[in-house]
Amino acid sequence: MSSLILPAILSGLTMGAVYALVALGLTLIYGVLHIINFAHGSLLMLALYAVYFLNLRLGVDPYLAIPLVLPLFFLLGYALQRGIIAPMSQGSEQNVLLVTLALSLIVDNLALYFWTSNTRTVDIPYAYDTVEVLGAFLPFGRVVAFVAALAAAPLLWAFMTHTRTGAAIRAVAIEKRGAELVGIDVNHTYAICFGIGTACVALAACLLLPTFYVTPQVGYTFVLVAFTTVVLGGMGSLPGALIAGLLLGVIESLCGLFLGESLGQIGIFLAFILILLFRPSGLLGARARP
Amino acid sequence: MTRTFDRRDLLKASSATLLGAVAMPGVLRAQQRVVKIGVLEPLTGNLAYNGTQSAAGAKFAAEALNAAGGIKSMGGARIELVIVDAQSRPEVAASSVDTLVEAGVCAFTGATASALGLASSQAAAKHNLAQVFSIGTAEAVVDRGLPNVFRFTPGVNKCTSVALDNLKLLNEGAKGIIKTAAIVHEDGPFGSNMAKILNERLPAQGIKVVETISHPTPHRDFSNIALRVKASKADMLIPSNYLNEYTLMARALFQQRVDLKAIYSILGGAASNIKFVRENNEVAQYVMDCNHWYDPNKELSKALRQKVADAKLDLTYDIMCSYATVQVIADALERAGSDDRAKMIEALGASTFDSIMPYGPTKFVKGDNQASQPVNTQIRGDKIELVFPKKFATAEAVFPIPPKG
Repeated sequence: MSSLILPAILSGLTMGAVYALVALGLTLIYGVLHIINFAHGSLLMLALYAVYFLNLRLGVDPYLAIPLVLPLFFLLGYALQRGIIAPMSQGSEQNVLLVTLALSLIVDNLALYFWTSNTRTVDIPYAYDTVEVLGAFLPFGRVVAFVAALAAAPLLWAFMTHTRTGAAIRAVAIEKRGAELVGIDVNHTYAICFGIGTACVALAACLLLPTFYVTPQVGYTFVLVAFTTVVLGGMGSLPGALIAGLLLGVIESLCGLFLGESLGQIGIFLAFILILLFRPSGLLGARARP
Repeated sequence: MTRTFDRRDLLKASSATLLGAVAMPGVLRAQQRVVKIGVLEPLTGNLAYNGTQSAAGAKFAAEALNAAGGIKSMGGARIELVIVDAQSRPEVAASSVDTLVEAGVCAFTGATASALGLASSQAAAKHNLAQVFSIGTAEAVVDRGLPNVFRFTPGVNKCTSVALDNLKLLNEGAKGIIKTAAIVHEDGPFGSNMAKILNERLPAQGIKVVETISHPTPHRDFSNIALRVKASKADMLIPSNYLNEYTLMARALFQQRVDLKAIYSILGGAASNIKFVRENNEVAQYVMDCNHWYDPNKELSKALRQKVADAKLDLTYDIMCSYATVQVIADALERAGSDDRAKMIEALGASTFDSIMPYGPTKFVKGDNQASQPVNTQIRGDKIELVFPKKFATAEAVFPIPPKG
């Protein structure tokens, strides 16, 4: 068993990178704007289908689909917030919850209607390729996702801390009325933030599909762990989401190895409870607001 | 151009109208005579793929039966399916039975997973409504002794037993090359039950179980499982799980360079699925499965294969089993001559129907079809061949996996 520990840790890190990627968008929307986006998993599913159909119909490689899918999903997120979530929620957080839940149900069932429940995977030449790291064989696609997560989190953090839009988002998150008073268009800023969060989900989809599958239910496979990642990392903390994602991946992998795969997720929720007990603001919550 | 009506025309028209008025209700009555069969399947949720395929199988059967004149003993009554979504959740499966009862079904088929079927049949028992299990492998399905339960396809005990008998023959033919095995199974009732039986019976065949690994459904990452199988140095892997997990597992095994002499699935979700073969062709080669499958040589089977191809669907065992169970229910209706629930239970209990499955006449004893049997399939090239029993075989079994190159 001891010979499996290192490969399990490495495997957990690469899986954790996927969790972090899914959680990055959520931490922006959930952590910064305090919008509990129940439709996050459904948006991930939509993005996975977008990547899948680009590959199937036009032969676009999932990684090369990034420049196409990201802007598309930014616009989708922007439009959803401006056109549906904001008008229907009328500023009430409870309403936001219900609206995103309704969106999730509608999107999932439309996907089921149009694309059926068939499991779909992309046919790519590197689907079975591996990278050897310290004697462990890691799936190529997961290594790419790991590197991308390491790059995406600091880039997003830099955007939030060094650009006017990022400053506006932070201002709206901290003091909405004050931001309005200094001339920030709050509705536009909310929508920009939602758009960026949705684009992050699209990035996760491009990096996930080479090693995973897509079905109308696939969002649920990741969304719960993404919410856990956000809270564990600290609400709104991008570096926190990255660290928490990687940590959860490793915990899940090691628990799976030692306790059995059926009990692997116990580790995730045990870590979650411990963090809530001893550090309720999350790993980087209080110190690392973007 | 205009035309005037004379008295004769008027009389003709009046007579025709009168005749029509007298005859129409009869025609309408004949057209409206329907008998309802329920189809309770998980159309959404984790098991949506299997459930949707099963629902399609039921539709193909109803179409074929209606095209052949419906239920003749009931004046050619048309079969109408009432399809309800169990949402892959046992509590929904149970509550959906009320929907079926309100719709007036005479019996129903379903529900892909044992956990769903256990819940639905328990609820149906209160209404004296028969459930013919298309798939429900957990032995608890029949062990409860509910009079409304009819399991048409084999349970996990029989599947495992037949699979082990066939494995013994294959291994003897290969001079006992398989000495150790690893078991990977989903952690629900059917997978756990199967793993228990395998652990008890494999040693008697001279095969030592060196690793038993359970996993939840859905499961995101099979790297650890592949690593554990590799570390166990097992000659053979026996997996039993659903399509998505099987696909991820097969990929992980390949990526972790797990060298196996055989992959022998029992009720493997993908190993008898042409979609898996198409999309993972390289890793799928020579994978063997002991599973539900139809008799490909029967005329109705050939017609079904064509229908499924025309509908651009994949022909999976879900379609075959669901098709067959609707056939069985229709036969019971034919003999009962009524859609009364109690008469249906009685008629199903006396069923001796020969469906598209390779079973011969059904024989329900305490709700379990004694005639049911699984068969062995093997992935060869881009096809799934039936390799056991010889009577139905479309190809010779290749065992163990030939060396690469």
